[in-house]
Amino acid sequence: MTTGFSRSRGGGAHAHFEDVEARMLASMAAQVVELLRDGAASPAVRGDDADPLASVVGLGADAPLPRPDDPVLARLLPDAYRDDEAEASDFRRYTEPGLRDQKAANAQALIASLTEGGAGEDAGSLVAAVGDMEGGAGGTSGVDVELDAAGVDVWLRCLTDVRLALGTRLGVAEDDENRWEQLSDEDPAKAMHDVYDWLGFVQETLLRALG
Amino acid sequence: MRHDGDVSTAPAPAEVDRPEGVVLTQVPWVTVVWNDPVNLMSYVSWVFRTYFGHSARKANKLMMQVHEEGRAVVSDGSREEMERDVEAMHGYGLWATLEKATA
Repeated sequence: MTTGFSRSRGGGAHAHFEDVEARMLASMAAQVVELLRDGAASPAVRGDDADPLASVVGLGADAPLPRPDDPVLARLLPDAYRDDEAEASDFRRYTEPGLRDQKAANAQALIASLTEGGAGEDAGSLVAAVGDMEGGAGGTSGVDVELDAAGVDVWLRCLTDVRLALGTRLGVAEDDENRWEQLSDEDPAKAMHDVYDWLGFVQETLLRALG
Repeated sequence: MRHDGDVSTAPAPAEVDRPEGVVLTQVPWVTVVWNDPVNLMSYVSWVFRTYFGHSARKANKLMMQVHEEGRAVVSDGSREEMERDVEAMHGYGLWATLEKATA
């Protein structure tokens, strides 16, 4: 298991991940990218099945956007106005495409830093990665990640988005540790929560490395 | 528009030294960050230091207010400025909203 990030000379941070850990990180980040791209509500961003007529009559990128149905997307892209649906939707129209792009770019940059550090191009599936982790079947040489200040920013943001996605799917609540400890090892939610906890550990070490 | 009279407990503006940089009549909106069960306390504090340029002490205090009270006002200003701050908070994965400042 990785010991997480340490401070580098010059202000950045570095960490060594086992191959399975790197694959899992890349896989989680790739899922965030997929989620942000697939669920793109704006026809201009989505590009595929955009209705040309809709943009002609002003229902395209200029139309207010509703809150995403998927609870994970709704958490990654929350309403800016709590009690005013119309204002919230208008705000989305201006900000959501940019936020989706920014979050997807962060996730892709995280994947790139793992690939540069020696992770294979094939990120593999989460299930396989978790299975490897539990079986203790390590890879060969592992992956070295070296982050400058911009890289630290990208990683902190992306780890947050991945944890928000997992936490929302799991229904994580304040002070609910007992709930997860009581799950049987066969429960997929238990494995998912272990990943969630591990991502929190990695993020905490990165924050600590900043001093 | 908000008037000075909205500040129910404050004496007449002429009689009180206002906190530095706060002009009551031009501060009608605030950015609120809400507590969530996922984000690490150390991360929330880092965001406040990084984005708002707060000292570690002030960032921690705001973070603890979010954690313990469920929400904290993290900035105030014009509606446009608050929309910018909220968008930035969403970029960091914090749950933020803007609202009209209340007395």
